[in-house]
Amino acid sequence: MISSQFPALQVVLPLMMAPIALIVRNPRAVWMLTLLVTWMTFAISLSLLMQVLDGGTIIYRIGGWVAPWGIEYVLDKVGAFVLVIVSAIASIVMSYARRSIEDEIPEDRIYLFYTMFLLCLTGLLGITITGDVFNLFVFLEISSLSSYVMISLGRDRRALSAAYRYLIMGTIGATFYIIGVGMMYMMTGTLNMADLATLMPAVADTTVIEAALAFLTVGICLKLALFPLHLWLPNAYAYAPSVVTAFLAATATKVAVYVLIRIIFTVFGGVHVFQALGVQNILMSFAIMAIFIASLMAIYQDNVKRLFAYSSIAQIGYIVLGLSFASETGLAAGIIHLFNHAIMKCAIFLGLGCISLRMGRVTIKDMYGLGTRMPWTMAAIVIGGLSLIGIPMTVGFVSKWYLVRAALEAGMWPIAVLIVLGSLLAIIYVWRIVEAAYLKPAPENAKPVSEAPLSMLLPLWVMALASIYFGVDATNTLSIALDAADSLLNGGLQ
Amino acid sequence: MSPEATIQAALITPLIGAVLISLCGRWPNLRETVTLVTAVILFALVISLYPHVLEGVRPSLVVGEMLPGLRVAFTVEPLGLLFACVASFLWIVNSLYSIGYMRANKEKNQTRFYVCFAVALASTVAIAFAGNMMTLFIFYEALTISTYPLVTHAGTEKAKRGGRVYLGILLSTSIGLLFLAIVWTWMIAGTLDFTPGGILEDKASSTIIGVLLALYMFGIGKAALMPFHRWLPAAMVAPTPVSALLHAVAVVKAGVFSVVKVVIYIFGIDLLSVMANADWLIYISGFTILSASIIALRQDNLKRRLAYSTISQLSYIVMATAILAPLSIVGATLHIAAHAFGKITLFFAAGSIYTASHKTEVSQLDGIGRRMPWTMGAFAIGALSMIGVPPTAGFISKWYILHGALDSEQMLAVAVIILSTLLNAGYLLPIVYAAFFRKTQGEHGEAPLPVVIALTLTAAGTVLLFFFPGIFLELARQLI
Repeated sequence: MISSQFPALQVVLPLMMAPIALIVRNPRAVWMLTLLVTWMTFAISLSLLMQVLDGGTIIYRIGGWVAPWGIEYVLDKVGAFVLVIVSAIASIVMSYARRSIEDEIPEDRIYLFYTMFLLCLTGLLGITITGDVFNLFVFLEISSLSSYVMISLGRDRRALSAAYRYLIMGTIGATFYIIGVGMMYMMTGTLNMADLATLMPAVADTTVIEAALAFLTVGICLKLALFPLHLWLPNAYAYAPSVVTAFLAATATKVAVYVLIRIIFTVFGGVHVFQALGVQNILMSFAIMAIFIASLMAIYQDNVKRLFAYSSIAQIGYIVLGLSFASETGLAAGIIHLFNHAIMKCAIFLGLGCISLRMGRVTIKDMYGLGTRMPWTMAAIVIGGLSLIGIPMTVGFVSKWYLVRAALEAGMWPIAVLIVLGSLLAIIYVWRIVEAAYLKPAPENAKPVSEAPLSMLLPLWVMALASIYFGVDATNTLSIALDAADSLLNGGLQ
Repeated sequence: MSPEATIQAALITPLIGAVLISLCGRWPNLRETVTLVTAVILFALVISLYPHVLEGVRPSLVVGEMLPGLRVAFTVEPLGLLFACVASFLWIVNSLYSIGYMRANKEKNQTRFYVCFAVALASTVAIAFAGNMMTLFIFYEALTISTYPLVTHAGTEKAKRGGRVYLGILLSTSIGLLFLAIVWTWMIAGTLDFTPGGILEDKASSTIIGVLLALYMFGIGKAALMPFHRWLPAAMVAPTPVSALLHAVAVVKAGVFSVVKVVIYIFGIDLLSVMANADWLIYISGFTILSASIIALRQDNLKRRLAYSTISQLSYIVMATAILAPLSIVGATLHIAAHAFGKITLFFAAGSIYTASHKTEVSQLDGIGRRMPWTMGAFAIGALSMIGVPPTAGFISKWYILHGALDSEQMLAVAVIILSTLLNAGYLLPIVYAAFFRKTQGEHGEAPLPVVIALTLTAAGTVLLFFFPGIFLELARQLI
């Protein structure tokens, strides 16, 4: 049956289509192709999630080679959930992309964008599904290299230096990761995650493994932009084409978080690295610093894309904070926020893309009076903003609820207080936008602005409504997250 | 219609109203008819639950599960029904008033105004009927968000600043303190359902109960307990119908309603009187009563003076609840209704004066009673109710509060009530005196007819509640 080949197809499909896109070149045709691929991967990942929820972990041996000699694709609940997030975001973003890309990227380079997008998608899906730490590195590089190119396609010349900076930082991160992998290989002789997990306890006390963990953590934290390793992110998000920002903000950092989860809770699952090596305290303190410092930075930004880029860094802080409790509730809070934040940030950045299409750029000043001139776009952005604050009936509320609960369960009430204080900072930066759009009159000499085209509004509103829907009915997503957290803490990949 | 279906209808009606209003935006007459009809239907639905509740039935409705183990659910009990009755009845009157006020003052964006109003009322009814603390919190926040556009209605720099304070304080207290308290309660008790007798018995130490109580009391910022009261004067920048219905009735009453609800159904009166020392709440609310009255004395802007008066009157309810005596709880409940009628009358009068003469300051009101006899007559009745003089509703509620305080020998509370009565008289009666007995100035008549009708109705209500307190008293008695 074809469905048994889905795990491979998921990755191979976008990978094979990328060169075809390169050959076709016609912007419209390439877009159609990419759109088709993204929706197909979305369908496949949904079906995979169903399979995993029904029948447990899927193991797919590439070429029939048994691990640890061959490469395995392993899909458990967390992985399947992240796959759905990535492919869903990709398909929504692609549905939206055509007009925005035509506007922001010169016509002769459009096919390049779609090719890179497909490659990036391949990489992100591959990272999520693979059960092999080296194979993960390969996919990590595929996604990173293609995202450098996508960012550099931004029309602002500063996009080039932003992409360059990301390239440097990203390469350091990947290098650290591969050094860590090498050390683990040296000590255990395997690259398969499940295998590593069983062999790790025997060698856990060695300095080499401790060093490996340090390299892995720092490398991954560079990719997921945990404070203070976030420096590449604000400019990359601010100057990349709007579509790229929306896609990367919702997926790339999330997948990096997923890698962190995999390394800590699967590969090092048997050795409780958290408590033993103080990783817990380190991650927790940096996460809290991320929440506060990045939120404060966000308050002072005039470029709205930069503002929400800083907000992303703060939100990543929340996710990492959830993981660092290493409890079921905490881990579930992290996983659910990974999903929730992907939805709301995607909505916000898609909204900013609409504004960018009409206004040419997105600073606070450009937003004056937009509340009446682009009512639908602004309303969607406000919904995303309310969700960032954590107002009830939005997804953000669900995340905050579980994060606070996790902190209280762990007996760390000061952290619970810090979490809610962080939300208060979000009120400030979100309300700067609200006031600019609704309470400032449009400038006298403003050119007439119409609402964004329907092809962009529709995907935007799908995301905005999703951030309400999954906030009102969070039982399904939460039970997946709780299940996933449970299986991560008590059993690993098997 | 079954009570369950009625609850459902009562929750949905204002929302349908909001949609229809926004569709009728181009035809003002139709739009305002829709508002009025929606308000009347809502009131009819709410009042139809009254006999059931009086018989001891507690109809409830479960909408669905939001988080695992936490459902969005509604239960109608006496306190909530009383609040819903008051709010939905006054919405009818207020809609009438709005028509006169908004048209006479040529306000912009009237459709948005009426839509937000309907959404705010939907949230209010949902708060009143909330069956657990999470449901209450959801609509508590919805009320904050839906009233923000009303506060900043004018769109001026001043409105923007007012809106900032409004939203800043209400959201910070609710997210920073109340949210924390709710999650904590859920973790300790394993449930958030409003249960007679409370859900925290034998679940936590008295220290934790004390901390939780503080988180709840200050977290419910809408109750305007000092030092989180500044949002209320800031909200006065809104058009007067908003100040009248929302910032004298719906929003602030949602605050004190939540306070009473938390004390009765989350902590339980018995638990609080045994375990936690709730005396500090009496001190804080007593301090709020007195200092807000003193600040009110010095306000020249009429609406600001009324706002500080509201802060002080809200703390009556908090203090009465904190006394934890059965009679004072009855008093607190009655005061929700009594103050609502009295204060909305006062705000109506303030708006009426503004509409007819564009006067906003107390010092400009000399002799205005002769030009606007209806308005100032109603104002006088409202003022008497604030002070607690018969024959007005304020007397009844104050009587019960005082009785409860004496019963439980809370002499400090008694002293506060007596002192504040003097202060209330001090900041309200001079206005009445100046209006009727000083020399008149300026040329203008009464406000538009709908405005006058509305304020006459609420003034009449204030007096009627004195003679027929039964309707609310029966409900309040069921609480203890």
